This record gives sequence, structure tokens and C-alpha cells, in this order.
Amino acid sequence: MLPYIARRLALVVPVLFVTSLVVFLFVRALPGGPAIALLGERATPEAIAAFERAQGLDRPLYAQYGSYLRNVLSGDLGVSTRSRQPVAEELLQRFPATVELTLAAILIAVLVGVPLGFVAAKRYQGPLDQASLVGSLIGISFPVFFLGLLLKYVFAIRLDWFPTTGRYDITSSLDTRTNFLVLDALLAGDGAALADVLLHLVLPAVALATIPLAIIARITRAATLDVLDEDYVRTARAKGLRGAIVDRRHVFANALLPVVTVVGLQTGLLLTGAVLTETVFSWNGVGSWIVEAISYRDYAVLQGGILFFVLVVVLVNLLVDISYAFLNPRIRFR
Amino acid sequence: MSSAAWTAWEGADPVRPPAGPLLSVRDLQVRFVTRDRTVHAVNGVSFDLDAGQTLGLVGESGSGKSVTSLALLGLLPRRTAQIPAGEVRFADEDLLHAPESRLRQVRGNDVAMVFQDPMTSLNPVLTVGRQLTETLRTHLAMDKQQARDAAADLLDRVGIPDPRRRLREYPHQFSGGMRQRVMIAMAIACRPRVLIADEPTTALDVTIQAQILELLRGLVETERMGLLLITHDLGVVAGVCERTAVMYAGRIVETGPTADLFARPRHPYTLGLLRSVPRLDAGSDLPLAPIPGSPRDLTDAPSACAFAPRCAYATDESRERLPVLTPVDGDRDHLVACWNPVSDAQRVSSA
Repeated sequence: MLPYIARRLALVVPVLFVTSLVVFLFVRALPGGPAIALLGERATPEAIAAFERAQGLDRPLYAQYGSYLRNVLSGDLGVSTRSRQPVAEELLQRFPATVELTLAAILIAVLVGVPLGFVAAKRYQGPLDQASLVGSLIGISFPVFFLGLLLKYVFAIRLDWFPTTGRYDITSSLDTRTNFLVLDALLAGDGAALADVLLHLVLPAVALATIPLAIIARITRAATLDVLDEDYVRTARAKGLRGAIVDRRHVFANALLPVVTVVGLQTGLLLTGAVLTETVFSWNGVGSWIVEAISYRDYAVLQGGILFFVLVVVLVNLLVDISYAFLNPRIRFR
Repeated sequence: MSSAAWTAWEGADPVRPPAGPLLSVRDLQVRFVTRDRTVHAVNGVSFDLDAGQTLGLVGESGSGKSVTSLALLGLLPRRTAQIPAGEVRFADEDLLHAPESRLRQVRGNDVAMVFQDPMTSLNPVLTVGRQLTETLRTHLAMDKQQARDAAADLLDRVGIPDPRRRLREYPHQFSGGMRQRVMIAMAIACRPRVLIADEPTTALDVTIQAQILELLRGLVETERMGLLLITHDLGVVAGVCERTAVMYAGRIVETGPTADLFARPRHPYTLGLLRSVPRLDAGSDLPLAPIPGSPRDLTDAPSACAFAPRCAYATDESRERLPVLTPVDGDRDHLVACWNPVSDAQRVSSA
């Protein structure tokens, strides 16, 4: 088990290396550059040249990439051209917001999607099954940013049930020590702050959860239908087990396997969705940070932010592979 | 099936105890109804099974053997399967109309099943021990330790070495033959009075087949179980079963003591089945004699002999009226459902 994890972790290194190169080249392929973005359209060529020299942007690409790589290996992700803050520091400050949002979204997607898919399969072709199929089709086809705006308009502006933007009431005295605000509120033992933080979390998390929820519900349904037809389910019934035990021990345990894989694959989708959701709800996470960085051609921030996303996707899928082995005894670690 | 044929059947078994047979099936019918069609899978099947007796149910794929066996315990898919008529009595209790809760008590406890493919009939994510003990704990109110000990004993009885260690292993760590032994151990866990084995050896190597059949035969003897052995393999029937019932298109077309049925098959289909078995003593230059045509489409309820279109002996009557099981030459132990049964002279001349 441990050697397996070590080997998988070692594989992360080439993945990060390749993605760092791709990201490095792609951000530089964006039209314009940080000089024009910061100094404006009417900046003099001299000013631009001076800026680029100061930032080292006049050097050949391979030299720039070489020094970038050296710095990253020593833990230095560079400095934001806009805020002049070290990227690593800003990233540390912002990533809890994104993690909190995506975790909430995946919790909603799994806790609603898995039971929904399972029950739909058990009542195959019944009204609930049909409704869940239609519902999940709608869920998959709705663009996240549009759904976000719609939710905001209906539930925050019209009905005023939830706040429109932000992560918490800034007039509150919440100590944002870890910047995982739910955790902070719990640590402070502040019930009012916790309620406030959770209320802020609802709309963005729901908007972000919709597509993964729909996909998870459909995969769970399909997997459950497959398993219901398996011979071993018939065996279990022929043993005289209660229906609930057959469902839980024999059907659900097997149907979960493909679902776990899909949940892992959803992380990439969730992070993409987070970019849009964070922008719509002014959520100070890595997603909205990247969007801002694009408009300022903030190379260091883009590289740091995207590398962080890649790292998260790779690690989550490693976790999925490991959990898979616990759920499925046929998998051996080799 | 007419009541006259029933009566003939009723008197057929001279050794039956007066209390009635252990398992008795009468005129069982099963249909599968979907939106666009109805399949008449079983069309009036009757048989009896006594303690310590082995009955072989033979027929080709789609003849309704497995559907019959699943219907006995209410294991057919509820959404599509209908049982419009028939009677299933186990120890004089009506199983067909028993509530699900009662059926659960019977399943795996009084009547147990072994299925065809041991590769897919065990749950891959649970240990063999777990799958064995859950049966024991469901029906026999054992605690964990008792169930564990009993499970180890069971594995030992079905010939699996080192049972305590193997209880902790998963199905994929067992070979096909060993898995079928596990299936049998699971089935006999609660000492059932009837064991239904649906093609228990079909998926196994020939050498393993013999071992599994030997195991089943031993269990019938020591436990006085009734064994309903479903198979398409006449060799298996010949080796294990006292009595044989041949099914075609959801009906039993011929039944009798195995030795008699093999020596003097009356139904052209039974004869055809026996002729299609390759034989060493017939010489390799003699071609096999397959039955021409393919099994009847079961969309309509039977109204004539279903085998008539493939049958060399078919008469006008065969194509018009449904034959019922009647004694052969007054022998109430050997019954055939045919308007023009094969005579001894015909059988010898056609061979």
C-alpha cells in the first residue's frame, strides 16, 4: 500500500512539470502582456521596455522558463505584477475559500445525487425515475454562470433569503485565522457567525453542485441498474435476506465503485466551475483570482493558480484510486 | 393440463409417503409481460419431489427450466413476471400465494438454490465468510462466533481445505470449482430440505463437474434432501438423477425413471436429445443427429404440440391439439405428452 502511494506520488512530478511548461507557454500566448495591461494602451514604448526589462520579460522564453522552474522548486512562485505580493502568499490566503466552496458543492452533489440515482434505479421507469432523468438533463445543460446569476436573482435579490455576494458579513468580528470560514466559526464557537458563513455558502455551492450532481445521479442510476441484474444479487435474495440488506450490502456496495471514480473526475469540472461561480458571487478564491489575473496578464498568478488546480486534481484522483482499493478487493496494489 | 393427466401423475410414484410429496408443483404457468409483447415461458408444469430423491429437469436454453425454478421461490422479476395459474406446495404449504416475509423464511432455509455461474453468483466485494455467515445468521439466529465456526465446518464439508483461512478471502481468490463449492456450502448452510441446482456444473471443467456432482449426490444421501437438478446435459442426468423430466417450450413433454426414459424414449424430442449426444461407441464416421429447426417462439400461448414443426412424427392432430402427459403403454410411472409417440420398432429402425 505505502510503496504504491509513493509511486503514485512520484508520478505527480512529471505531470506538474509538463503542465507547468504548457501553462507557461499558454499565458504568454495571450495577446498583449502585463506591461500594456498595467501601464495602459497609451504607455510609451520606452516605459513598456523598461517594465519588461525590470520583470525579466525581455529575456528569451527558455531562460524565463528556466529561472521560473528554479524558483518554483525552491518554493518561490514569483511576485504578482499587479499587487506586488508574493504569489505563494496570496495563494495560501485564497485557496481555503476555493476548497471550502468545492467541498460544499461536492458534498451536496454526492449526498443528493447518489441517493437520488439509487432510488431512481430501484423504481426504474417509475415517475421518480423519469423526473430524475429530466431533472438531471436540465442540470447538465445549464451553464454554471447563468444558473449562478439566476439563483442570485431569485433567492438573494427577489426573495432575500440569502446574501448576494461574499463569504461572510464583513461587519462581523469573525477571526479569519485559517480562512476556512466554517472552521473558523466553529473554532470560535460562534453560532451566529457559523450561520452567517453557511448562508453565504448556500447559493454558490448549489450553483457549483448542479452539474456534478446531475452526472453523479445518472452514473449512480446506471451502475445500480447494472448491479441489480447481477447474479450475486439473485443469490442474495435466494438466501432469504431482507430487501433492505440486499440493497445495502449487495447492491449499493457494488454500485458505488464507478461512482467513486466519477466523483474524482468531477474535481476538474468543479474547479472550472469554481472560476465562474466565484466571479458571479464575488468569492475571494483561487478561481476569481485567476480571472482577474487574466485581464492583467499577471503571468506569475496565472501560473501559480493553474498549477494549484492541477495539483488538486492529481491528488484527488490519487485519493480516489486509494479509496477504490478499499471498496474493491479485486484491486491489488502493484 | 387436464385433470385426467394429473390423476395419472398422482398415482405415478409408488414410494411416495402418504403425507404427500415434499415439493409439489401443479400446472405452473409463468408469463413475462412487457409493453410490446408477452412471452409464455412456462405453460403448465407439474412435478413432485420427495425427500432423498433427485429429479432432473432437462431441456435446451429457453425451455423454461430456470424460470420454473425461480418461480418456486418467488424470485422472478416482479415488474414483468406473472404467474396466472398453478400451485407450488412445499411440505403442504402454498408458496405461490405466501407473503414475501414468509418466502424469505423459506428461501435459503428450507429451500435453497445453487446457480449456474459461480464466477458471477458470489458478491465480489464481500469475503466468502461474510456471505456464508449472513445466511446462517439470518435464519438460525447465531452470533458472530457461532456463525464463523459453522461456516468453517461447511467449507470443510464441501471439500475446501484450510477453511478458516479461506473464510477471510474474497471470491476472486477461489477457482471456479472452489467457488461452486462455496455456493453449495451457502446453499446447504441451513440444512434445507430441498436443493434446487440450476446448471450447477455447466460453467466448470469436466473433471470439476464430476467432483461437484459427486458432492451433490453425497449430500442428497446424507441429508435426505430433495434435489431438483436443472441441466441441459443428459450425461449429468444419467449419472445423478433417479427421475427425469424433459421440458420443451415451457411444458414437460416426457417424464419417467431415468433408466427407463433413456432406454425407451417415447417423445420424439427426447429421442432427438439422446441422438444429439456424441457417442464414442458409435464410431467417429457416424454423423451426429441434431434436431432440425430452432425452438418455438413463445409469444403465443400453446394450442398445439410446440415441437410439431421440428418433428418427423408429427400428425395433423399434433398441429391442432395440445397433447397432455399420459401413461406410456399403461406404465403410470412413465408419461409422455405426444399424439404419436415413438414406438420401440420405430426407434430401432431409425437408429
